[in-house]
Amino acid sequence: MSTETESLLRVRGLTKHFPVREGFRARGAVRAVDGLDFDVRPGETLGLVGESGCGKTTTGRMLVRLLEPTSGTIEFAGRDITHARRGALRPLRQDLQIIFQDPYASLNPRHTVGRIVAMPLQVNGINPPGGIRKRVQELLELVGLNPEHYNRYPHEFSGGQRQRIGIARALALRPKLIVADEPVSALDVSIQAQVINLLRDLQRDLDLAFVFIAHDLAVVRHFCHRVAVMYLGKIVEIGDRDDIYQRPQHPYTRALLSAIPDVTALGPAGRIRLTGDVPTPLNPPSGCRFRTRCWKAQERCATEEPALVPRDGGAQLAACHYPENGPIGVVTSEPVEVSQ
Amino acid sequence: MSLSPVEGAARAEMEPAADPVKPDEQGIVGRSPGQLAWARLRRDRTAMVSGVVLVLFVVLALAAPLIAKLYGVGPNEQFQQLLDGNGMPLGYVGGITGDHWFGLEPRLGRDIFIRMIYGMRTSLFIAFAAALVTTAIGVAAGILAGFLGGIVDTVISWITDVALALPFLIFALAVVPTVGLRFYGPREEVPPAFQVIVLIGIFAAFGWTSTARLVRGQVISLREREFVEAARASGAGLGHMLFRQLLPNLWAPILVAFSLAVPSYITGEAALSFLGIGILEPTADFGRMIFQSIPYLQTDPAYVFFPGVTIFILVLAFNLLGDALRDALDPKSSR
Repeated sequence: MSTETESLLRVRGLTKHFPVREGFRARGAVRAVDGLDFDVRPGETLGLVGESGCGKTTTGRMLVRLLEPTSGTIEFAGRDITHARRGALRPLRQDLQIIFQDPYASLNPRHTVGRIVAMPLQVNGINPPGGIRKRVQELLELVGLNPEHYNRYPHEFSGGQRQRIGIARALALRPKLIVADEPVSALDVSIQAQVINLLRDLQRDLDLAFVFIAHDLAVVRHFCHRVAVMYLGKIVEIGDRDDIYQRPQHPYTRALLSAIPDVTALGPAGRIRLTGDVPTPLNPPSGCRFRTRCWKAQERCATEEPALVPRDGGAQLAACHYPENGPIGVVTSEPVEVSQ
Repeated sequence: MSLSPVEGAARAEMEPAADPVKPDEQGIVGRSPGQLAWARLRRDRTAMVSGVVLVLFVVLALAAPLIAKLYGVGPNEQFQQLLDGNGMPLGYVGGITGDHWFGLEPRLGRDIFIRMIYGMRTSLFIAFAAALVTTAIGVAAGILAGFLGGIVDTVISWITDVALALPFLIFALAVVPTVGLRFYGPREEVPPAFQVIVLIGIFAAFGWTSTARLVRGQVISLREREFVEAARASGAGLGHMLFRQLLPNLWAPILVAFSLAVPSYITGEAALSFLGIGILEPTADFGRMIFQSIPYLQTDPAYVFFPGVTIFILVLAFNLLGDALRDALDPKSSR
């Protein structure tokens, strides 16, 4: 793990609860994100994976302060930005940007591409040397678009091109960290590769750090240095990519990885089928949140919440009392049906 | 789909149809959604015809004093010598002659053509001013309610509901004379400008609600869109998000609402004048002209005919243009 001085983004105990009301009475809260700890170093990519509804997007939005965290702290470049106001946040906005999932919703249909990409500059009152127009054209060129398309409107572009425009907008302020919220899941597979390669080139050239939110594990493996696996608002396992992909310790990680379609293997090789649904975040299970679907669950899992610590000699951190330790494909104990 | 037509227009604006750009127009400069709508409007013959008719009416109304000069007859000139002993115009069809194209009013003997031109000026001015004021109030209220939500939304929506619940005509009948009496004595003459302001005010007080509701709904559907969030993530303030990001996406429904509001205020103003609480003599006005012509329906039908047909054409042209505008802004709506 990184030492605290060199981490660009430091998140501790990050929590977001959405209150649920019935009439005027509060009726509990959806615990969308429930105590996350992670660090992102400069120039590093952290993949945030998990199934739908596990709190990935909520986390991303809290990082760029589109949502107000319920508790916990977000430190960026050594400064606490958890509850910073707009004015105080302004210099940091330039270092912290977001790329959205849906390239059709994230561009204002009434603005030209030039205006869209220039928006962050204008909002922050920045006048780059050579003028805004020149800077915008540089950015368009940087993301592989024709700078002559400055005056066109978003509806004249394809999905992949639109996503490139969104990336150019995020780059306009020369950020240090970009939160990419499923940047390729709305695109065709062939376009996905192009956009991912673009992001990787940009990362190399501009020394960007990414928090890369995705549910496509193959894309994450291709792009991320480190991976955090989320389940029901918590990180269940976090570590370097190779550790996570080759020696996953948490049963959930193992089940997720076994679900990646493998074109080289014949037949359903070692696919772990999880039974049942994800429990409701309104009332998550006691102890380990994954225990209701885990084939290794014991009584201890219901009473004692496992801490996110290194387990059984692995380099990664896993939140499990009974971690797996073999290479992927080998399950240490037979899957057992667990009644909910 | 249970969208109101105006909402439909707005939806389509948000997802502009990917019109294949014709090869000869494929320059480097892209065509904005507005330009595409204008091109569609140009191809619509109904829209063009009603547009030309409206421009003609507006030019006539604006040039009323000039026309009076060319025509040689003023709006308040009386031609008693052209009336018979019963006060009915001499000659055929209400006294149509080369000097008086649409004939004369019975009893007072004023020229109908020039009074209609002046009446149109009153009507169009009140209707446009009322539509502008109501649209401005409605957009401001709707955008604030929709974007800020919470308590602001609750309060504005509540006021909207109350304003919608009040019966317009009864309220107008009660308020207009009272306001006149408040500022001017019972024997004093109320100046026409004051009457006009009172009318615009009463239209504004009741008319903003529908625009406000429309805009509020649009803003609620737009504010969660990611381009607004992108602006917020870049540190944009409230003003930027409302006026730079949201407002350009609201022009289509606002324009359609405006173009359909104008004819409703023309008829509304005519109705109030018909009921005797609008514009008073001697200012020329469509509604009152029709009101005064009713007793002569049998003896002098031409008196009813000309103002009636003119107001009909005016309102029809506005409504057709509004519909065409909606079609042009929303190419997906089926006819």
